Amino acid sequence: MDFELMWRVYPFFLQAAWVTIVLSVLTAILGLTCGSLGAAARLSRHAILRFIGAAYVSVFRGTPALIQLFILYFGGPQIGIQLNAFQAGVIGLGVNIGAYMTETIRGAIVAVDKGQMEAARTLGLSKFQAMRKVVLPQAMRLMVRPLGVNINALIKGTALVAAISVIELTYTAQRYIGSTYRPFEMFLLAGVLYMIIIYVTGRGVAYLDRKVRIV
Amino acid sequence: MGLDFTVIPKYLDVVLLGALWTIAITVASALLSFFGGIFFAVIALYAPRIVRLPFRAFEWLFMGTPLLLQLFLIYFGLVQIGIDLPAFVAGVIGLGLHFAVYNSELIQSSILAVDKGQMEAARTLGLSRGQALRKVVIPQAVRDVIPPIGNNMIALLKDSALVSVIGVSELTLSAQLAIGRTYRPFEFYVLAALVYYIINLGMEAVLRRIEARVQAAR
Repeated sequence: MDFELMWRVYPFFLQAAWVTIVLSVLTAILGLTCGSLGAAARLSRHAILRFIGAAYVSVFRGTPALIQLFILYFGGPQIGIQLNAFQAGVIGLGVNIGAYMTETIRGAIVAVDKGQMEAARTLGLSKFQAMRKVVLPQAMRLMVRPLGVNINALIKGTALVAAISVIELTYTAQRYIGSTYRPFEMFLLAGVLYMIIIYVTGRGVAYLDRKVRIV
Repeated sequence: MGLDFTVIPKYLDVVLLGALWTIAITVASALLSFFGGIFFAVIALYAPRIVRLPFRAFEWLFMGTPLLLQLFLIYFGLVQIGIDLPAFVAGVIGLGLHFAVYNSELIQSSILAVDKGQMEAARTLGLSRGQALRKVVIPQAVRDVIPPIGNNMIALLKDSALVSVIGVSELTLSAQLAIGRTYRPFEFYVLAALVYYIINLGMEAVLRRIEARVQAAR
């Protein structure tokens, strides 16, 4: 174990970790947006929207995220989409994780007792009002934890953008493995930083979960 | 540049050969992750403390870091200690170990959930602890987690695309090969996505049949 080498290169890993964090945050925001829209589409009255929602989930969960990223980044220019690697990374990963979040959010909404909606409607609320004021607040409580699982997967998933040469943690580790021939040390540096990011996020989710819990 | 899907037929055999490799690597890693998962679960629950603690650290590290990073570690790390494995084997080990850790988590909680009376009854009938685990407790525990393990296997299929970065010529790398010749990334990556999707559907059908059989057997 070459601690001196680790000490020398760790500032570069810190910088890279920051890229991973920014990437994760942006991806999570896009993912939650796609997930909410997807869930709304899947629960819609209109058959067409339901079909679009179901197709979105099926296609994006049924194919590798890496391939989706490649289609966007390398294939995009052919259909007039010019993105740099970072933008492609955020959009590709965000839309991908959005498909998983769609199912999480939909699951939470469906899990709210039917009587809640019926009671709200009986009290004179419109369907929209009942959804917004009665069903969704309850569903929110149910979705915090499973969304936390999605976000955990998302953080690890950001490693994929190393394959389109975004200089984040995994790319940096790979580069230093190549130049130092010290795979274990570099793995440990990157691994510890990933685990710190995931641990802190996990604590955040747990805190949020406690905040919204009734009992 | 526009799209031109007529380039596909010429390279279809390359891509389909890649698809066979993807299936091979998925099946091999799935088997490794299944039996590895059972093995890890037994270690995590029953091994002496001195084995259990380092094992926990290993488990923790593998669950908390990206698969891609682990693949780099295994592929380049083994070379460093003088073991020059073919990329395919390194890929199977990487995917297999990664998912074995996830399967192990499932199997551990399932083993703990098997009724205590099962172990007691098996011991009363004269089986040793090891025999009772192997022949009575573990089969029941595994049966109960077949559906979530199936989900892991589906995830494994999709993550097998990652081994293209260490040079296994599976579906993704085959598509890249065709792209190198034709400069048509969109067409071939979409083709690859389609093939993955089809394999995925096939795998889901197989898993549903296995689940149905397991359900019928209980």
